[in-house]
Amino acid sequence: MRILKTPRMERCIGCHSCSLACARMVHKRLSWDTAGIRIASSGGLTSGFEARTCLACDPAPCVLACPTGAYSQRKGGGVIVKKKLCIQCGECAKACPVDAIYLDSTSEPFVCIHCGRCEPFCPHDCLEMMEIKGVSGEEDAAGEVAP
Amino acid sequence: MIRDHFRTLIVDLATGRGSIANLDGRDAVAGGSGLAAMLFDKYGLPDRPWNDPEQPLIFAIGPLTGYFPLMSKTVCAFKSPYHDQYAESHGGGRSALSLRFADFDALVIRGKAARPSCLSVGSRHLDLRDVHFLWGMDLQKTGKMLRRMYEGAGHRSILRIGPAGENLSAMACINVDTYRHFGRLGCGAVMGAKNLKGIVIMGDGSFPLPEGKAYPELFSDVYRKMTDTDMMEKYHNFGTPVNMAVLNGIRALPIMNLQKTSDPDIEGITGETFARDTLLRNTACAGCPVGCIHLGFVRERFMEENRYLYRQVSYDHEPIFAAGAMLHVTNAFSVLSLLDTVEREGLDVMSAGVSLAWATEALQKGIISTKETIVPLRFGDDAAYSEAFHHLGEASNDFYRLLAQGTMKAAEHYGGVDFASVLGQEMAGYATGEVFFVSQALGFRHSHLDAGGYSWDQKDKDPDVSGAVKFLVQDEQARVLLTSMVSCLFARGVYGDQVLSDCLRSVGYTALADGISAVSRHVQKLRWGTRLRTGFDPRTVSIPKRFLEVETWRGKIDATYLDALKNAYAGAILALAQDE
Repeated sequence: MRILKTPRMERCIGCHSCSLACARMVHKRLSWDTAGIRIASSGGLTSGFEARTCLACDPAPCVLACPTGAYSQRKGGGVIVKKKLCIQCGECAKACPVDAIYLDSTSEPFVCIHCGRCEPFCPHDCLEMMEIKGVSGEEDAAGEVAP
Repeated sequence: MIRDHFRTLIVDLATGRGSIANLDGRDAVAGGSGLAAMLFDKYGLPDRPWNDPEQPLIFAIGPLTGYFPLMSKTVCAFKSPYHDQYAESHGGGRSALSLRFADFDALVIRGKAARPSCLSVGSRHLDLRDVHFLWGMDLQKTGKMLRRMYEGAGHRSILRIGPAGENLSAMACINVDTYRHFGRLGCGAVMGAKNLKGIVIMGDGSFPLPEGKAYPELFSDVYRKMTDTDMMEKYHNFGTPVNMAVLNGIRALPIMNLQKTSDPDIEGITGETFARDTLLRNTACAGCPVGCIHLGFVRERFMEENRYLYRQVSYDHEPIFAAGAMLHVTNAFSVLSLLDTVEREGLDVMSAGVSLAWATEALQKGIISTKETIVPLRFGDDAAYSEAFHHLGEASNDFYRLLAQGTMKAAEHYGGVDFASVLGQEMAGYATGEVFFVSQALGFRHSHLDAGGYSWDQKDKDPDVSGAVKFLVQDEQARVLLTSMVSCLFARGVYGDQVLSDCLRSVGYTALADGISAVSRHVQKLRWGTRLRTGFDPRTVSIPKRFLEVETWRGKIDATYLDALKNAYAGAILALAQDE
């Protein structure tokens, strides 16, 4: 089992290619918001950039906060989201301590599923899919975002 | 959003209200340059002056903005304070993607705000706020304040002006997201005349993508070409400043107000020197993985007791040429410090640097005195230029107020027309020869980016008037297609007609994909028609004597060839406009 990490954000140039790739390939949308990774300038462009993405908590506060079971714990950290169970209450986003969950204007949540499809689109290798020691399992989380 | 019309937000600053206009014309003008000209024809007032409150300030994106890499630019169109004619200036940063995600193909700003104001728009809001407390504030402080006042860090674009724009300088730029600009022809003054200190565009919408694999597969293919090949190496390695040493080596770099075209001291301000000594990091426009923006640092000791401050300053070939070579400031850190000063004032660095180069020579020749320049300007004296840039931005006296309207206006008043380095506006950083000089002097934006005249000059051909003019017309047509999409022109090696057509088809613009040749011809004519209706006559353009004195690797400029080119290109432009 692997998770997405952002170990080299000092290299980020703010092109948003990762966010756009996630929205395009995972969520079938054109957006830099409805994505599992979002890039923000940290206090203006002079200070560089930071990534808002899931840190793969275990146990994940968003899972505990979800009242309908749409969120469940992913083995090794992170979450699996079943959107057909989601009532768009927004409790997951409130519970996330690092603002990693984006709610669109209808309160539909968007969170990283650690599929790694953004990684090849980073021109400076800021992102990396890292193996979680001692956890094995199928990397099929990407399919779980379908409503 | 893919749609067959243009969703345009029209804002009236007098009332603070807006309206949405859904306008036809997608298959005829595409977007960007074509859309901007179409909007100016609809909302502009060709016979009234640039600062008439009803003149529109237009920002337009294209059908592929955000959908493909390097489709990351915005076209700003306006009636220019520089020549009181229709003009375009192009900028990047996050402006294009922010407009895309705000769900507008164009933003048209009309009217004048009662008080200094900031306009904020997004997919779900429109707000005009009194910001009189920012009036007079420099660009960098203004940016910091606006970042604090508005939400949405990272997914918004903040456009703002500095003192130069407020003072209605024809050299005032609009700064975009700190490191990019709508630089040339004075669009900053258009904001100033409208009492508009800032524009915040919130990119807070999202859209469904076309079904199927065609689009994501084509995206990946184009993305690979942009990042894997050597094609973009020039832009992300040393960046555009790599041109400094190349042009200096072939005696084609304008130096000391174009008195020289080569100098060993240029070694201190080459792209290689900047990268080795000053480069901190790179950054990018949103939607561009190339990251051509190079940021250098300036470190200043401000107290005896080892107290320092530092600033990050973006650099490129043109700013280094204008604030370095033209002023013979040949230390990279000194140049960065000057660029920082120019930035604070909100000036177009190219026009500002070239205008001070002229002022320096005029002072040397006794045409003007320190009564006019306030500080004794000398080539190489960066401290004096730092003060002078401040006076230019602030319009400190009658001389600087007139100089800020354009070097030629000052030269016509004080004398020194012969050595004004002006080709329609202050020259760009190429002294390659006759074709470039004519291309910039007559070109639509008076920009080195209108057509590749500098490239034709470097092919070492014998004088060929009809061949060169045919090239300029065709190259402009190819570029106007890109600026209607709106692509960064650095991507022109990837976005050929076939690739553009495939991209358009993959997202659903089938009719546009089939008709791009006709569209580019039409937009080229449309733009020239609009320009001529606002008063441009290419037959009246003159090229100052200084350009005839230039000596490049090919020898002296051929005045007869230059004249023949100018007449032939003027004829070609008139034919394009009349054919509209």
